[in-house]
Amino acid sequence: MTEKTSGDLRLTGVTKTYDGFTAVDQLDLVIPRGSFFALLGPSGCGKTTTLRMVAGLDQPTIGQIWIGDRDITGTKAYQRNVNTVFQSYALFPHLSIIDNVAFGLRRRKISDHKAKAMEALELVQLAHIAKKKPGQLSGGMQQRVALARAIVNRPDVLLLDEPLGALDLKLRRQMQIELKMIQSEVGLTFVHVTHDQEEAMTMADTIAVMNSGRLEQVGDPATLYEHPKSTFVANFLGQSNLLEATVKSRAGSIAELDVHGVNLRLPVDRLANGTSAVWLGVRPEKLRLVAPGSTHDQTGDGNRLTGVVADASFTGLATNYLVRLPWGQELMVVQQNDGTPRVTAGTQVTLGWAPEHGFALDANQDAHAGAQDQADDSGAA
Amino acid sequence: MLRPRRTRPNYTPYLLLLPGLAWLVVFFVVPTLSLASQSLQTGNVETGYALTWHFQTYVDALSQFWPHFTRSIFFAGTATVLTLLLAYPLAYFIAQKVGRWKNFLLVLVIAPFFTSFLIRTLAWQTILTDNGPVAGLARSTHFTDLLQWVHLTNNDSLMNSRFAVICGLTYNFLPFMILPLYANLERLDHSLIEAAGDLYATPIKTFWKVTWPLSLPGVVGGTLLTFIPAAGDFINSRLLGNTQTVMIGQVIDSEFLRVQDYSTAAALSFVLMFIIVVIVAVYVRRAGTEELL
Repeated sequence: MTEKTSGDLRLTGVTKTYDGFTAVDQLDLVIPRGSFFALLGPSGCGKTTTLRMVAGLDQPTIGQIWIGDRDITGTKAYQRNVNTVFQSYALFPHLSIIDNVAFGLRRRKISDHKAKAMEALELVQLAHIAKKKPGQLSGGMQQRVALARAIVNRPDVLLLDEPLGALDLKLRRQMQIELKMIQSEVGLTFVHVTHDQEEAMTMADTIAVMNSGRLEQVGDPATLYEHPKSTFVANFLGQSNLLEATVKSRAGSIAELDVHGVNLRLPVDRLANGTSAVWLGVRPEKLRLVAPGSTHDQTGDGNRLTGVVADASFTGLATNYLVRLPWGQELMVVQQNDGTPRVTAGTQVTLGWAPEHGFALDANQDAHAGAQDQADDSGAA
Repeated sequence: MLRPRRTRPNYTPYLLLLPGLAWLVVFFVVPTLSLASQSLQTGNVETGYALTWHFQTYVDALSQFWPHFTRSIFFAGTATVLTLLLAYPLAYFIAQKVGRWKNFLLVLVIAPFFTSFLIRTLAWQTILTDNGPVAGLARSTHFTDLLQWVHLTNNDSLMNSRFAVICGLTYNFLPFMILPLYANLERLDHSLIEAAGDLYATPIKTFWKVTWPLSLPGVVGGTLLTFIPAAGDFINSRLLGNTQTVMIGQVIDSEFLRVQDYSTAAALSFVLMFIIVVIVAVYVRRAGTEELL
């Protein structure tokens, strides 16, 4: 039971419906062995349901779940070589820490369970509290015990259900780094469910963004951020400015777009074939804000828009501006605190960005998809 | 942080304790002392009693009635085990599985209390009567033979036997087992059950390693609420038993009210109290739940 042929975790056509409500819809996903994979999405997007189906706590309505070449669909949780770090930790309050960690080993009749459990506790630096009860530990310590209790079993897949959600910000940052180090040390497949885009980006090799039971996009953090494929991803991962644009021409490698009469450019490979109406997107930190009469205009031969600063807020690390364009739309601009002079509200400014920093999205989508979800979730966390 | 300076000690908690303390003094401490004194007095109802520190009463009472003590402990213990076996699955079901029917089922559990204890016990005479369907079924399935073999009945009938007394006790005290178990199992964190399953525990292992140990406070509470009153009960064995099933509660009752040997009755009451306290203390220590009680 211990040394099974481990492999990639695969979900093929997985659908889960509850009383007519589709929580997960036709999900196809491959999670490579040994990777740190994040399932990211707002609450109710189906990410936790997906995780519970992999754990065996729920069964898919349709579809299969595979580990390597074994179909584990329909098997019970206790028959799967998969372990979970629960959001509430779910430590057994009547057992000591060491007995909690040894629980899985004991059930599988592994001989030197005490020694192995101690090793796991050492890995999370908690060997000294082995004899205590969970109730005597802080939230951060309980979190690490829950992690030790899962990794000690060397599962094919380790599932983490919002494991850092209950911790305060500072501890969360520390645990993010620690989790990532532990993952590379033990080399297990980690599947991390979270609604915190920053957490997902910090930790995961690959992120799958989910929305309303479907996959929006799968990729490494940089690709998802720089080349989002939907307005949802563009808004949920960081912030995006989306401009209503029409494609005028595709000459060579650069396409010309019309945005409210202004000519803007974008590499042709960012555009899907045959589309004419698109959302032209650009991240706030890619925009260069140039005050009138400024001597160091760094926008070069890039795209340019003019507007009036509607709001400026200084955060220390950067200054966040809202710039109102002639047609009323407001763009978010983040200017690093790198010595560039700051501008006050009411100033007429020029915004510039390099064409390759733009991205194009299908115009049939809601420009605000995902923006509200993110605001809600980060507010609740 | 600024705190208002205390100008005088706070007497409110003590004042709030006062009514309860007064109640306990008047209706527990004083009667207990009076009972203790009565058990050491000699005399009779006509000529009156005098405190003579006559400890022989205890020796005589114990040597005459010890079988009634052991019988009472046996009946109460058996009934407690049976109520636990019946109540645990039921309480678990109500607490974890039925969803919105919870309150309705709880009302059903308590519903028998709307009828008098005496009537409910008498009803068991009808249930177990010789020509009733229960007795008929028991005879046709040879359950009566099994009962005779384990000496819970003396013949083919179910009534007027140890079996009938245990049935009555089990039935009458069942709600006292269900309610504490329910209160405990209702709080059981379902994610712990899932975690056990996730950590390779089969449903049976999960029960014995997680659910059962976590429910021990409810089990201890329920067994105490069942065992203690059942050990002193005198109605069930009078209405459902025979001369061989007389429990210590019946003896105390008749010593006080019929024989009017107040000293013996008082001594028996004290011994019963002592036995129960010892059993409970050993039991609670064994269950290892002192801190949870």
